[in-house]
Amino acid sequence: MAFLQDPTIVVEWLRQLFLGWGLSPSLASLLLYVVGALALATGPLLWVIFLIWFERKAVARIQDRLGPNRVGPYGLLQPFADVLKLLTKEDIIPAKADKVLYWMAPILSLAGVLLLWPAIPLGKGIGGNVNVAVLYLVAVGTLSTFAILIAGWSANNKYALLGAFRTVAQMISYEVPIVLALLVPVLLARSMNLQDIVAAQDVWFVVAAPLAALIFFIASIAEVGRTPFDLLEAESEIIAGFHIEYSGMKFAMFFAGEFLHAFTTGVLGAVLFFGGWRGPGAEAYPLLGLFYLWLKAFLLYFVIVWIRGSFPRVRIDHLLDFTWKFLTPLALVVLMVTALLDKALAAAGPWARALGLLVANGLIWLVVQRWLRGVEKRLEPPMVAQPGQYPVARYTPPEPQAAEGD
Amino acid sequence: MVTTFVFVLTAAVMLVAALIAVLKDNLVHAAMGLVVTLFGTAVLFVLLESYFLAVAQVVIYVGAIAILIVFSIMLTRRVGAHWGRQTNATWPWALLTAGVLTVLFALMVRGWDPDAVLPAAAGVPEDITARLGAALVDPNGYVVPFEVASVLLLAALIGAVYVAWGGRKAEKETQG
Amino acid sequence: MVPLSWYLIVAALLFGIGVYGVLARKNAVAILIGLELMFNAVLVNVLAFWRYLQPTGTAGLVFAVVIFAVAAAEVAVGLALFIAVYRRFGSSDVDDINLLKW
Repeated sequence: MAFLQDPTIVVEWLRQLFLGWGLSPSLASLLLYVVGALALATGPLLWVIFLIWFERKAVARIQDRLGPNRVGPYGLLQPFADVLKLLTKEDIIPAKADKVLYWMAPILSLAGVLLLWPAIPLGKGIGGNVNVAVLYLVAVGTLSTFAILIAGWSANNKYALLGAFRTVAQMISYEVPIVLALLVPVLLARSMNLQDIVAAQDVWFVVAAPLAALIFFIASIAEVGRTPFDLLEAESEIIAGFHIEYSGMKFAMFFAGEFLHAFTTGVLGAVLFFGGWRGPGAEAYPLLGLFYLWLKAFLLYFVIVWIRGSFPRVRIDHLLDFTWKFLTPLALVVLMVTALLDKALAAAGPWARALGLLVANGLIWLVVQRWLRGVEKRLEPPMVAQPGQYPVARYTPPEPQAAEGD
Repeated sequence: MVTTFVFVLTAAVMLVAALIAVLKDNLVHAAMGLVVTLFGTAVLFVLLESYFLAVAQVVIYVGAIAILIVFSIMLTRRVGAHWGRQTNATWPWALLTAGVLTVLFALMVRGWDPDAVLPAAAGVPEDITARLGAALVDPNGYVVPFEVASVLLLAALIGAVYVAWGGRKAEKETQG
Repeated sequence: MVPLSWYLIVAALLFGIGVYGVLARKNAVAILIGLELMFNAVLVNVLAFWRYLQPTGTAGLVFAVVIFAVAAAEVAVGLALFIAVYRRFGSSDVDDINLLKW
């Protein structure tokens, strides 16, 4: 039972075990760090297996088909079959490709996702306790951007390079609204430490800052490169973009990294805006907190999959216009209004502050809606074909020829 | 003990990566060497207990400047073309200059100020980042350098956009 | 703990490598890489002095923040100039940018 109250006694038990084997204390500490790192890296990767199955099933159902259902009951063993296939594929390296960079890119991409996990608070007293966690998340995000650039260059293929340039342009453009939206929970919690942000959420921050949550969510989907922002790596566009030349295990790393990144976005959204591990009974039993976090993250991941199944792709110039001309100014306005209002309402209780900020967010949204309507009026009307009108081509069958030899 | 080991390891990796950055003909590899050096600098910042600046270093240098540099290298080179020799013909003089400068610096700092051999006993306060934020906007503090740096960044932003775009428009006008 | 002079020597070596990079390379971007190495050496120096001499004050940190801003601005403008020059001359070699030579 003590384990349920305080899971960190496992760490103490392991340390006593190592000391009992005769290791020096600093070596025991080092070994504990290594074990912890291995556990933190393996757990999410094992969970990705389930995520792949879930996504394929969910997207299939949205598209009114069944999804994988042959391999194992309900297709549950499908990801294992996928991994086996990718592992046994021939490992082709294109001629004149930069071997060192070609080999390093998928590793960097996966590292950029796994490195997000040490900063995340998994429960009361367990998980990360990094002082500058929010900025650390942004820093690690830039690592995956770099990996894509290297992947596109090292394949020695101009389409891969073009795809990589566009992907990197998309990613660094969407980093700006993410950073601005991340500043709002930092502002409300007065700390960059994710543990403090979770502890400050007596009222979930999604109530106090729904617009910031929305901006963070949309920009994160674009940052990960999921539909509707996956113009640059989908198989039917620019011939799969920067990972054209990758096959086998290297492609599997990109693939798994993308799914894990989407789930990690869900986890981060849950930590920053939905109260993280907080819930009834989570203070006493940290593992219950971990379960709550997982549940919230999984719900957000389901929303991401739902969006994937429902929206068409966004074109690259529309993508960049969307971030620079809409998301970034909106994020700036939300940040300024939240800062001013938070200072003004500092004396009130948490619910009063949250509701005050909610009202302010609602007002901003109304203004944005008015402005968008004005923009829509100034744009050309969409080309909806009316019957009998260009550009719909009407097919008129040819006049029947008079019978010959009459 | 662990700190010393980490410091020596990081310094060794940093210096090897810096050598790769200035000696390799393949400029993309040189840029990778630069990235490793930048990460090494971030590790040194962590050892010096300025965590905020360590993460800021990764975000600004690796996340923006290194990507810019790699972009420029990739944009000005055909895929698969040969790099050629990237070192000047006057490299012995460069080596001499750099060598003399380094040796002079190293000799100068070798036994610097014995009082400061060990870190100041006061230690870094818990809320140093909050103090940094307050100092940057304090009228009696460092608000003037902060604002000047902001204006500099704005000027650089406008200038870079104009030079990379407006120049092309002007060229089109003179030609057409 | 590591003595202060170790940090300063590492910074000096990094600076020297950067100087070699600036003086001995042909490509403009390679010169910028050397310049960035020099900036990093200066940053290590500033923060080492901050930690060892005055860790309770913020002067060293503010200095480092201003250096970050200046380095970012300089790289942005430098690379924009480089792209413009490359478009005009067709070559990224600094030896070929010699229109002002008599």
